[in-house]
Amino acid sequence: MTVRALAVAHVSESPRVAAARPAWQWLRRSPLAFIGGVVLLLVVLAAIAAPQIAPHDPARQSLVRRYVPPAGFTGARAEHPFGTDQIGRDVLSRIIHGARISLLVGVCAVVLSSLFGVTLGLVSGFFEGRVDTVIMTVVDIMLSFPALLLALAFAAALGPSLTTVILVLGLTGWERYARVVRAEVLALRERDFVEAARAMGARAARIVLRHILPNTLSSVIVLATLQVAQAILAEAALSFLGVGTGKAYPTWGQMIAQGRDVVTIAWWLPTLPGLAILVTVLSINLVGDQLRDALDPHVR
Amino acid sequence: MTRVLVRRVLRLVVVVAGVSVVTFAILHASGDPVALMMPESPEAERTELRRTLGLDDPLVVQFARFVADAARGRFGDSLYHREPAMALVLARMPTTLTLACLAMAAALVISVPAGILSAIRRGSPADHAITTMVFLGQSMPVFWIGIMLMLLFGVAWRVLPVSGWTSWSSVVLPVVTLGAFLAPAQLRIVRSSMLEVIALDYVRTARAKGLSERAVIWRHALRNAALPVVTVIGLQFGIGLGGAVITESVFAIPGVGRLIVAAIGQLDFPVVQASVYVLAMMIVTVNFAVDLLYTWLNPVVRVR
Repeated sequence: MTVRALAVAHVSESPRVAAARPAWQWLRRSPLAFIGGVVLLLVVLAAIAAPQIAPHDPARQSLVRRYVPPAGFTGARAEHPFGTDQIGRDVLSRIIHGARISLLVGVCAVVLSSLFGVTLGLVSGFFEGRVDTVIMTVVDIMLSFPALLLALAFAAALGPSLTTVILVLGLTGWERYARVVRAEVLALRERDFVEAARAMGARAARIVLRHILPNTLSSVIVLATLQVAQAILAEAALSFLGVGTGKAYPTWGQMIAQGRDVVTIAWWLPTLPGLAILVTVLSINLVGDQLRDALDPHVR
Repeated sequence: MTRVLVRRVLRLVVVVAGVSVVTFAILHASGDPVALMMPESPEAERTELRRTLGLDDPLVVQFARFVADAARGRFGDSLYHREPAMALVLARMPTTLTLACLAMAAALVISVPAGILSAIRRGSPADHAITTMVFLGQSMPVFWIGIMLMLLFGVAWRVLPVSGWTSWSSVVLPVVTLGAFLAPAQLRIVRSSMLEVIALDYVRTARAKGLSERAVIWRHALRNAALPVVTVIGLQFGIGLGGAVITESVFAIPGVGRLIVAAIGQLDFPVVQASVYVLAMMIVTVNFAVDLLYTWLNPVVRVR
């Protein structure tokens, strides 16, 4: 039986086990997704152990070592493989520390928006009627704003901080979960096992939490993975525009913004942090796409 | 048709009301905007400003006034420029719209043929190359694409200007940047809707009756694959405007995006509110138009 067929066949019986195993096999079988997974793991480890593995203090400035180019270019120094910036800070150390903010914001924002969106999607799909209309109208309203613009406006009103960025990205990203989960609930509630649970006298809360929710999880996991990538890009954009997590710690978006001002004399300053974003987001997307193929055969 | 129309118009009204609530909330999200605007002034001056701005009225009164004013395009004077906020926004809107529309057109010119090619030659080297580009494109921040293009064409080769919005040559890089940001999502939709249509029975019938491959694709498949593309163009309008805000910041283009970013830095709330409101209204209108177009193009929806 193919992985796809397995995933489908098991959905109605024990969705969690069926979902987890073929997904892992699928991931191993696809070399690209495997590479993505390994790279992602390295980025996560680098973020966790940043103070230990970063060669220098990311905030230490040095007037005599400004604009040191990266390794391989004339004037490079062995102790600064990625060069230094306009006030002599080590670029590699700043990129390693920047991974912390990106991943932290990405994961926290997605946890927040998925909790919010899944709950609303379950309620909306299961109870239908007026509740459904209200929730879906709110979704429509949220979709009328460019998410970035909304995040920008509220980030500015609340003042730049890590919490603000997480809150703002978490509260602008939940519509997708609500839509996906609602659609799944509408399909699932007509299925026999839900009917059986109802016939046995299960209460609504039990049906939703024990029988419907587990069956929506595979779509939610896929969506959440891909949304982490989106949240990282959004955080970078907010930092780039100067309404990000503040100046206390280095972030990739902020490094690119500072590098943009000196792009004519130090090409590596905007280039390298951007590559860090590209590598991280690409890895997440590769893993997420394979997960989607494995877990979610219906949705493209 | 009339019933669908009535329902769509009702939804439009509700969404417009929602947009007003959210825009109103921007000013109040901080709790006390006056404390943000004048952090070091004595309390007496703050109270004075609160009274002039009408911030000491009950929230309901303030909201009613906001809605009435917003409907007439009045958001108050910019605290920084000392001109009506709405006039500032409208003066810069053509630039932003030009950027967004040119980028959207540029992206479509690439993504539609590439998406079709990728779908009808599924699994070929061309498909792999295109899919790889999509993946890469979707993983890059739009502002970084802009800076990399700037580095290449403006700094290394010196063939295009790196900033401004004055000559035709200065338009090229921003349009390409924003286009590269929009194209991957379009391409994905074109490809997947084309793949879906190609697998349908009527396409097989067209092939079976001996039509040329070109006629099958262009006359039969493409027409139905166009529906999701229309929807995407509507949805992308919002993303495009959001992308334009960032692109303007990269290339120092005097549009609404730069205005709004500057206004946020200066805590110029009337300008922030006016820009968000106008942009959201434009998106709502475009989505409404797309909805109608979709209903008109797709008989299945029309009947329901």
